[in-house]
Amino acid sequence: MKILIALLFVLSVPAWAGDTEVVLVIHDHRFEPAEIRVPSGQKIKLLVHNQDSTPEEFESHELNREKLIAPGKKAVIFVGPLKAGRYPFYGEFHETTARGTLIAE
Amino acid sequence: MLSAAIIVFREALEAALIMGIIAAATRRLPKRNFWLLIGCAAGVAGSLIVASLTGQIAGLAEGVGQELFNAGILGLAAMMLAWHNIWMARHGKQLAQDARQLGQDVVSGSREMSTLALVIALAVLREGSESVLFLYGLIAGGEETRATVLGGATIGLLFGAMAGYGLYAGLLRIPARLFFSVTSGFILLLAAAMSSQAARFLVQADLLSSLANPLWNTSWLLDNSSLLGRLLHTIVGYEATPSGIQVVFYSATLLLILAGMHIFRYRPNTLASS
Repeated sequence: MKILIALLFVLSVPAWAGDTEVVLVIHDHRFEPAEIRVPSGQKIKLLVHNQDSTPEEFESHELNREKLIAPGKKAVIFVGPLKAGRYPFYGEFHETTARGTLIAE
Repeated sequence: MLSAAIIVFREALEAALIMGIIAAATRRLPKRNFWLLIGCAAGVAGSLIVASLTGQIAGLAEGVGQELFNAGILGLAAMMLAWHNIWMARHGKQLAQDARQLGQDVVSGSREMSTLALVIALAVLREGSESVLFLYGLIAGGEETRATVLGGATIGLLFGAMAGYGLYAGLLRIPARLFFSVTSGFILLLAAAMSSQAARFLVQADLLSSLANPLWNTSWLLDNSSLLGRLLHTIVGYEATPSGIQVVFYSATLLLILAGMHIFRYRPNTLASS
């Protein structure tokens, strides 16, 4: 336990500079682009801009993330560092159309 | 209509399960139903306020206000549950033996109930505000009529409430000698689950390191998007892909509460001699 707590302090140094930033737009209840390629092993800063007039919830079980985005607002979501692979995400409020995949490589 | 029913069901399910566990655990406390109702009503009112302020909350703290808000709510609720378990470790036996002999403790029991009403209010607020936003979006976006949306929402809410009631009724069937241990165990896991979720929000806001992401992946066994996965996520904090820090928060919460329950437990001998 003590080791874990010590580890926590060592590792919780603020984000190292140069996180990869990716912009994602929600428009007509769809993600644009629907497929994003990002480098693996790096923290990613997702900037999601909801251009619709209705709220949306960005959700991904694979990425272990969920965030409400009010109409017309931009939201910041930090993900990763990720192992190489495919990470689907969706808009919980419009699950049939709002679907996308983050590909770490 | 169907989408409204599904989303409201998911959100209502979480709040209802939490309420079911709390209602069972506090079955012998005075004025329980009154406080459950107060908690629920406060949560609904809070949902409306929070939903209308979503944009503003999200914009706070450089775009991570929502994460801080959620982590704060979850952390507060976990602390209240911890307090309850420690309180019950001291007073549970007395309550079970004879509530009338408690005397002064009835006052303290009522205070106890008000802390748990707060937990319920926070749970309803968190899940309720999401439902409100979603329903508002459906109606405002002109995707469905008001009547079908509200009809769907009612059905979702009813099914969610039934699941919560089912858990409550199931817990009440537990034999008396095990009842206290089992309900305390549920509250303990609920607190740990909330603490782990709070950690997840802090990682999402980049305020806490994930340590390992994910620490393991059991989505092949049980996915968090499945119904059972959701149930276990709420009740025991199951995560198919937890980050390392979530596991640290989860275990630390369990250990701290257990230690608190042990230190402050009811000791009939020492009380009798004093």
